Amino acid sequence: MTFALDYGELFEAGLFSLAAPEKRSLHARWLSALNSHHRRLCPEYDRICAVLGDGVPVPVRLFKELDLMSIEKGAVAKTMTSSGTSGQRRSRIYLDNDTSARQTKALSRIVSDFTGERKRMPMLVVDAEGTVRNRSMFSARTAGIRGFSMMGRDVTFALRDDMALDWDSVEAFAERHSGERVLVFGFTFLVWANLVEEARSRGFSVEMEGVLVHGGGWKKLADRAVSPAEFAEGVRGVLGSGLRPCDYYGMVEQTGSICMECECGRLHASVFSDVEAVDPATMLPVPFGAEGLLVTTSLLPTSYPGHVLLTEDVGAVLGEDDCPCGRRGRYFEVHGRQKGAEVRGCSDTYEGR
Amino acid sequence: MENMDKYENAFVEALGVGRADLAGLEYQGIPAWDSVGHMQLVAAVEDAFDIMMDTDDIIDFSSFEKGKEIVAKYEVEL
Repeated sequence: MTFALDYGELFEAGLFSLAAPEKRSLHARWLSALNSHHRRLCPEYDRICAVLGDGVPVPVRLFKELDLMSIEKGAVAKTMTSSGTSGQRRSRIYLDNDTSARQTKALSRIVSDFTGERKRMPMLVVDAEGTVRNRSMFSARTAGIRGFSMMGRDVTFALRDDMALDWDSVEAFAERHSGERVLVFGFTFLVWANLVEEARSRGFSVEMEGVLVHGGGWKKLADRAVSPAEFAEGVRGVLGSGLRPCDYYGMVEQTGSICMECECGRLHASVFSDVEAVDPATMLPVPFGAEGLLVTTSLLPTSYPGHVLLTEDVGAVLGEDDCPCGRRGRYFEVHGRQKGAEVRGCSDTYEGR
Repeated sequence: MENMDKYENAFVEALGVGRADLAGLEYQGIPAWDSVGHMQLVAAVEDAFDIMMDTDDIIDFSSFEKGKEIVAKYEVEL
């Protein structure tokens, strides 16, 4: 059985150029085909739709309770897991080679749009090489690093395997690429605690130019009362005033179709994705600006039914098509984890001392 | 060294496979060629020919044979 939809169409459509009515009709067509694809091939998903309605958002926690896949077991190329904290079940996301390659290609398109570079950029990863080399780990953090590494060259690690800052490595990287635009990538909490705060306390700084892409959530920083403005200032102080911090929202259940923060500080859904804030009691969309539970769409997965998810994140859709940055589509902000949701091990599960 | 030798060497060094096992070798086909091994292989191929591949080509580099087509795009004759 072949999948009727041609991903070439999506990859050729502009990432942020469709106006709302065009995007709505494109997504309606794709979602309808994805629904039938997954209902046909994933019996559990078919039952969920039969009970709750066709195309109903799948609550992310179901990936912990069920083995949701739309491929034969033998076609699973890798299994991504959320790095759940001890005692919790982990989500299991099953990827075949097609879904995995498609997700990485989409990721690279999206990131290029925000870095402004089509070529691979020199890349500094704010993590330890050991995190990536550990072959048994397929957490959001390792997956993020591996996915982003394909966009980098001279991939260099800023932390030692015990997660201590390797400033010599950072300094040497900055020197090697002085005058070039670089890509720095890491999880928000690690960037702050293990790089910025540590370097600052030791009086270290370098001058780099480019983009710092970071994600994984603000929760731990909010606990430390670090605001986005303070984060940006700290980053520039340590890594250089020419380095623009760029947050992203993404999850292991929808790898690739991440939403990145624009020059105006808003997260943007691309042609591959969409976002809606809903009232958890009625599941109906709330108006722009109002807080709701986020429902996220990704047109990328064909190996598991993760195309429309009910997340455990609360946030607000702020508007559509009219962000001053010039990108079309919806832009939104994330406020945090839904109250009462179990603490999910997201990317920032590294426990500092 | 001939280019074909360099190409095969990159696999041997990055993935620890024997030359005899290269024909038909695919990404995820052996434990060593996983996503970690893939980046080592890419680095080895790029070093061997002094090229820089596009991200899409790194993603599409899915087998020993497919890789030959890809390096050919960078004016490497095997």
